[in-house]
Amino acid sequence: MVDIKITENKLDLTDCFTLASDPACGGMASFVGTVRNHTKGKSVTRLEYECYESMAVKEIQKIADKAIFLFSVKNIVVHHRTGILFPGDAAVIIVVSDGHRNAVFDACSFIIENIKKTVPIWKKEIFEDGEEWVSAHP
Amino acid sequence: MILKILAFGITKDIFGTSEKEIEINEGASIKALKELLEKDFPELKRLKSYFIAVDDEYAEDDQIITVSNEIAIIPPVSGG
Repeated sequence: MVDIKITENKLDLTDCFTLASDPACGGMASFVGTVRNHTKGKSVTRLEYECYESMAVKEIQKIADKAIFLFSVKNIVVHHRTGILFPGDAAVIIVVSDGHRNAVFDACSFIIENIKKTVPIWKKEIFEDGEEWVSAHP
Repeated sequence: MILKILAFGITKDIFGTSEKEIEINEGASIKALKELLEKDFPELKRLKSYFIAVDDEYAEDDQIITVSNEIAIIPPVSGG
């Protein structure tokens, strides 16, 4: 089972666990990406996330399919938030469940690394004295 | 043909809009589109990289564009 959601609403870890929970599985692993209050020595006031939603859902689906192929995991939940987020807010939650503990850790790590590479979601960091699209320039 | 290009992130700032219309020859490739965009918006060349997506898929340089495609410019992503 793969559940993908992109939303402007607050993410809920319990919801994600419930969606991934499966009596056939003996292990679940999760990753929660949260907003840091600083970057390169500067204070971050907020982040603004933007998304090309139709393509983002397809790219996340491809990553989930690949994770299932590579690690043979059973269930994957990926929820990503967009809009304005403040330090401490969860930007992404990934939960993976399967019968084997090593596979769920590996799949979780694989999924977040690949989300950062190919999924069309962008964040702008807003500082007290300026703003910057993350990773845009070399 | 007139193409409508969806722009996100920093490319939205560069174009000054989230939907840029651009005129290009029928049968143009992704490479030709990128060259045209870079001529009009040299700032694109300063980005770490950028891609063109056609109908929600990353496109190769030699892919041919038609007016019915949904075209989007994808600057370096930073999700998560």
